[in-house]
Amino acid sequence: MAGHTAPIDSKKLWGGGISPFNASYGKIMMWFFLVSDAFTFSGLLISYGYMRHRFEDVWPVAEDVFTHFPFLHGDHPLLYVALMTFILIMSSVTMVLAVEAGQRMNKKGVTLWMALTIVGGLIFVGSQAWEWYHFIHGTELGALQLADGTIAQWASAAKDALILPGGAEITGVEAAAMIQAGTEVYGANLTVNEYGVPLFGDFFFFITGFHGTHVFSGVVLNFIIFVNVLKGTYEKRGHYEMVEKVGLYWHFVDLVWVFVFTFFYLI
Amino acid sequence: MSDFDRTAEYAIHHSEEAGKKMRKTIWLIFWVLLVVTGVEVTLGLIWKDMGLAWSFVKWTFIILTLVKAYYIVAYYMHLKHEYKNFIYAVALPYIVLIAYLIVMMLTEAMYIHEEADLLM
Repeated sequence: MAGHTAPIDSKKLWGGGISPFNASYGKIMMWFFLVSDAFTFSGLLISYGYMRHRFEDVWPVAEDVFTHFPFLHGDHPLLYVALMTFILIMSSVTMVLAVEAGQRMNKKGVTLWMALTIVGGLIFVGSQAWEWYHFIHGTELGALQLADGTIAQWASAAKDALILPGGAEITGVEAAAMIQAGTEVYGANLTVNEYGVPLFGDFFFFITGFHGTHVFSGVVLNFIIFVNVLKGTYEKRGHYEMVEKVGLYWHFVDLVWVFVFTFFYLI
Repeated sequence: MSDFDRTAEYAIHHSEEAGKKMRKTIWLIFWVLLVVTGVEVTLGLIWKDMGLAWSFVKWTFIILTLVKAYYIVAYYMHLKHEYKNFIYAVALPYIVLIAYLIVMMLTEAMYIHEEADLLM
């Protein structure tokens, strides 16, 4: 054994007696978990992108699908999603402020910012539920699923003329025959989608659902840590590193949303 | 092994003074994220009226997204202040994966789109 080593506080070290990357075991494992989790999300987004290219001609434009805004009538494309994005960014800020307060051993600060983060997370989950409701419920007019499975939109509220996916308008006897052979559909689920191909709905439910599950579990984790903060667990421990770890997870959830927002809603 | 301190304290602590500076950075990054998101939404709403090419708009969205991702990871997740080797351990798998995925998306999806009729 070479030379002297300074006495090491065993609490700070990993099992092997050293500290790779000069960070604690828990924090590094959280990072590696996030890396693997991000791969899962990448897989989902990439398969989305692939299918979107594949069915480019019949793929619905997200802007035309998500046009609702609470308590407002008419079309407000993107506005609601933009608000949700803002809420999540805001909760990311409160989270990082909680981490910062923890590093100053400021219990009051951590309590306040953690509480706000939890509230932000809950608002986001609620917003998502609201958006799902509208997507599942669909429009008042609905659409017509033709005999071959493709979706045609109604050209008028009277439901006697159709607009085909290519943009061609069908009227008169021809339209009547198509209406006879087709079925009216409202909203979207895993097999039917009034806005276009059902795959769009499948990806919407899967990607935003998987992300929403992450947000929800993030809220639960934040809440557990919040209770520990109140109980003074970390004050006794001498550091608030648990807040940092849960913060990493929370920022990751925000990060994923940044990508979902771009690839699902904007592009 | 000289580049790490075995006795280093993991749990980061800092003074009131340093905290003030950190909070300033945090809010600055917040404004960056907010402005970038605002630009994205505005662009999403007006690009058709402005007569911009879709491919230009699309790449603008992708680049702005990567900008946001960088700020979140580097500053909010503090990755910028970790050890260099650790940064590589986390970021390198991604850089390789993203390059691979872009190639896959562009070549495979385009191909299958063009050959769609043959597959039906």
